[in-house]
Amino acid sequence: MVKITFIDSFGQHRTVEAEEGTTVMENAIRNGIPEIVAECGGGCACATCHVYVDEAFLEKTGKPSEKEEDMLDFAYKVQPNSRLSCQIKVRPELDGMTVTTPDRQG
Amino acid sequence: MGEAIVTDVVIVGAGPAGLFAVFELGLLDIKSHLIDILAKPGGQCAELYPEKPIYDIPGYPRVNGQELVDNLLAQIEPFHPTFHFGEMVERLEVLGTPEAPSFRVHTSGGEIFESKVVIVAAGGGSFQPKKPPIEGIEAFERKSVFYAVRKMEDFRDKHVVIVGGGDSALDWTLNLHPIAKRITLVHRRDDFRAAPHSVNSMRELVAAGHMDLRLGQIVSLRGEAGELSAVVLKGSDGEAEIACERLVPFFGLTMKLGPIADWGLNLHENLIPVDTEKFETNVSGIFAIGDINTYPGKLKLILSGFHEGALAAQKVHRYVYPDKRLSFQYTTSSSSLQKKLGVN
Ligand SMILES: Cc1cc2nc3c(=O)[nH]c(=O)nc-3n(C[C@H](O)[C@H](O)[C@H](O)COP(=O)(O)OP(=O)(O)OC[C@H]3O[C@@H](n4cnc5c(N)ncnc54)[C@H](O)[C@@H]3O)c2cc1C
Ligand code: FES
Repeated sequence: MVKITFIDSFGQHRTVEAEEGTTVMENAIRNGIPEIVAECGGGCACATCHVYVDEAFLEKTGKPSEKEEDMLDFAYKVQPNSRLSCQIKVRPELDGMTVTTPDRQG
Repeated sequence: MGEAIVTDVVIVGAGPAGLFAVFELGLLDIKSHLIDILAKPGGQCAELYPEKPIYDIPGYPRVNGQELVDNLLAQIEPFHPTFHFGEMVERLEVLGTPEAPSFRVHTSGGEIFESKVVIVAAGGGSFQPKKPPIEGIEAFERKSVFYAVRKMEDFRDKHVVIVGGGDSALDWTLNLHPIAKRITLVHRRDDFRAAPHSVNSMRELVAAGHMDLRLGQIVSLRGEAGELSAVVLKGSDGEAEIACERLVPFFGLTMKLGPIADWGLNLHENLIPVDTEKFETNVSGIFAIGDINTYPGKLKLILSGFHEGALAAQKVHRYVYPDKRLSFQYTTSSSSLQKKLGVN
């Protein structure tokens, strides 16, 4: 299992155990993490699963695809470390990663 | 306003559920008109994931969203459904009685339909422009902030800021450029998903000094009484103000329940409860199929919408042809069904 910590916009930490091959979004929803809406259920079609990835893990998560970049245009307060969590696949290298959620999703 | 269009069934929403309902109704000699706020058929499949493969349509190991829509259109072609695109169904008047219902349906474009039955196949609701999450933007809406361009004249001799990187943003940049005082296009990054030729035309205008392109996101608005005086842009080098009188953000589409909430239908968490025999709502003659309905065990799958349409059609038949008996037939063996399909 891979440990991922979600920090909400109030600073509260929540750590979840994520299975390899799932997406970060799926683990957020499964564990009732607030501030992740995921309206489209992982279709890269809504931009309501927006997170900021901890700089130390940015490289390990890889670059957003063109489609993800297009959807990020519709997200709120996008930063260079912004990602759509439904497009990040959980892999062993991501163990210990923290992601922060913005105070609103679209 | 013209005369009312008279038809058997009005279908609200041209997503997969609405499209396939045309087929099931057509086999029973029931005519339908489809109305959708989008400019094209297909609902979520066409708007949200036209190029993504779907793997759980029976009989298709793999089919793209748009391919499925194209196939559905080919399948319902023999029944000549009439489509009304770019129209929101706004109001629904219940005429008639529960035993012999009839309805008058009003659209945003001023069209009026009179039908015996209404099938709500509205999915997650109507597609509507998404609002950018900027504090206090509501106060400026329809006065100086617009999510679509309806009247070009609203923009004549104004300094207009357009936000976005897709086709709508680029098309309106080019269309409004000749009449606006100045256009500033704002996009998060220097990479556009709009058609390359519009991007090139935009870049030429920027290079010639005829318009501005700024990279970043709009974080706040300045102005009074709904009249915009400037927007604040946050770019990689900090915040800057752009003086302007109009803001047109193109932030994509989102699904909103919309006017359906006012039609007198029972709602449960923005979904319409139906029975699982006929998929009829609490109002006789109004059915709900596809993602918009709910019942014990409901799955929001395209497959479910198809099944629901087939069953609803049986009851619709009783409203449309109260005196005719319905006998069950297969398309493989019924010569009368094959005649309707134009294959015999
Ligand atoms: C990314 C993604 C992937 C998916 N993958 C699958 C999959 O693999 N398999 C599967 O079975 N399902 C999948 N789905 C779900 C599937 O797309 C939906 O179940 C299906 O589209 C529902 O069809 P529908 O006809 O009920 O509604 P929709 O497709 O939502 O269409 C409803 C239409 O009604 C219109 N409308 C609503 N209200 C009004 C109004 N008042 N006036 C005018 N028009 C109105 C809307 O504009 C819309 O076009 C996926 C969905 C998404 C977003
Ligand atoms: S869940 Fe919709 S884009 Fe990620």
